[in-house]
Amino acid sequence: MANSSDPVRPRRSASDMVRLVRATTAPLRQSLAVSLSVLGDSTQAAFARHFDSGYDPSASDGDRRRGEDGIAVRNLSLRYGETYAFEGLTGEFAPASLTAVIGPNGAGKSSLLKTLAGIVRPTTGEVVCTAVARHRLAYLPQQDELDRGFPITVAELVALGDWRNFGSVRGPPRHLVASVYEALAAVGLLAVMDRQIAELSVGQFQRALFARLLLQDADVILLDEPFASLDESTTDDLLRFLQRWQSEGRTVVTVLHDLDLVRRHFPSTLLLARSPVAWGETSLSLSADNLARAQKALVLPEGHRAGRAA
Amino acid sequence: MIGQFIGFMIGPFESFGFMRLALVACFALALANGPIGTLVLLRRESLSGNVLSHAVMPGAALGFLYAGYSLAALTLGGLLTGLAVAGLAALTARSRPQRQDSSLIAFYLVSLSFGVLIVAARGSQADLMHVLFGTVLAVDVTALVLIASISSLTMLTVAALYRPLAVESFDPAFLRAVGGGGGVFRAIFITLVALNLVASFQAFGTLLAMGPMLLPAAAARCWTHRVWPTIALATVIGMAAALAGLLISYYANLPSGPAIVIGAGVIYGMSLLAAGGMRLKPKSLEGQ
Repeated sequence: MANSSDPVRPRRSASDMVRLVRATTAPLRQSLAVSLSVLGDSTQAAFARHFDSGYDPSASDGDRRRGEDGIAVRNLSLRYGETYAFEGLTGEFAPASLTAVIGPNGAGKSSLLKTLAGIVRPTTGEVVCTAVARHRLAYLPQQDELDRGFPITVAELVALGDWRNFGSVRGPPRHLVASVYEALAAVGLLAVMDRQIAELSVGQFQRALFARLLLQDADVILLDEPFASLDESTTDDLLRFLQRWQSEGRTVVTVLHDLDLVRRHFPSTLLLARSPVAWGETSLSLSADNLARAQKALVLPEGHRAGRAA
Repeated sequence: MIGQFIGFMIGPFESFGFMRLALVACFALALANGPIGTLVLLRRESLSGNVLSHAVMPGAALGFLYAGYSLAALTLGGLLTGLAVAGLAALTARSRPQRQDSSLIAFYLVSLSFGVLIVAARGSQADLMHVLFGTVLAVDVTALVLIASISSLTMLTVAALYRPLAVESFDPAFLRAVGGGGGVFRAIFITLVALNLVASFQAFGTLLAMGPMLLPAAAARCWTHRVWPTIALATVIGMAAALAGLLISYYANLPSGPAIVIGAGVIYGMSLLAAGGMRLKPKSLEGQ
């Protein structure tokens, strides 16, 4: 009892402590998985439906569906209070397409991506994307939406991408270490794999998130400003992944603000200024006329409030 | 000398049953508060936790009004209003994403005022003090069983659902996209926080209940960057603060609840000074 009044003591043997905690909690941590296997099928199904619907190891061996998942939207709108983030969007991100979403600040690009990802419920209209129900959709938020202070190492962050193979309660599969190494090598982060994410530079952190996307192996990938404040070489490296994903038959939708980048690398473009201005082949969408219309659309009455919905 | 010291440490608990009960209750609370406090800190939800701790009060006060010092009534009432306010806060947060902190503070103040009005309507000044600051030394066996049950339930739940709880606090959009469930884990977590605040309510009252939950976790965060060690260390610090606080309150004849919270506060301060210097980058303070 006397020991417990000395707060510094546990630190001296911190690693022993961790080992002890690990050892004593291992049975607890496994207990749920074990009790799952003891329970009947229906109970298991109920548990999975409510708490662990992401556990789906069978999804790994299914390249057969790739190239079939696009995103279709019908009359899609999202309103925050009085202001529309975006409205009246109808069309399709074709299967295996690489689309840039571009537009002035406050045009509703990020809101659109969140709606496509199913994070925000649309005010009107619907999103049809079979990848969502199968959990084969990946969404990369803008960097400032993630808590960089969270105590997690780079390798742990990347390993999360393999969620469908361990879910909420099961132990990680054997191949996980190998695939994490592979993904880290692909983005060039092997050297910092044991660092805390708080210690990474902006570019390194984005590379780590791309490594997680690699493990996630999704059929539809939504990226919000993935190249914001990155240097040129990082942008080039990461851009290559986008092109590879498209060539593998995945549907990639990316919010961007760099017109040159879009013109050079993205086959199709959605020009958004709260309502869609143009959607189609990049060279046609980004005509001078369309760009001027997009600028003008947002300088109208509610322009000063639009920044909120960005 | 050493014998004397041990006598000093153990004597009060040897002689008095209520001191033993208080110590065991505080240890049980520390066991649950370690993981819960750490998760509250990681999720940067100290403010919501504070709101919850005050939201427990009107229900507990209503229970007190109709059933006197009935533990069941206090607990049930507190839990119900706590969860109701958590639900309301979630709804307001959804409709006005920008104004979350002010609406949370509104809930906090209104709940507290309601609670005070309800207690004042029937009880005495002493009752009010009891509800606001708790009475660790009045914990009886029934209350101890309740606290221990809540503590065990909390530890089992966190152990079983640790992974999604941690991931949901770091990157909820990711968890939702991979199908790990989104709102479910937030709801489970808030329920756990409310449960533990109800357990703390008896001992620390509505104003101090967050103390034993947050301060040890905050102190532990100064020493380590990993989650499991933070939880373990927070538990140990919570127990140490409880022991020290109870001893101080016994020898100096001070109220025990505040003494325990101050004990945790002193450990937090020492941790900040000793180890926190290098961790105090602006990044780690963002959003707190």
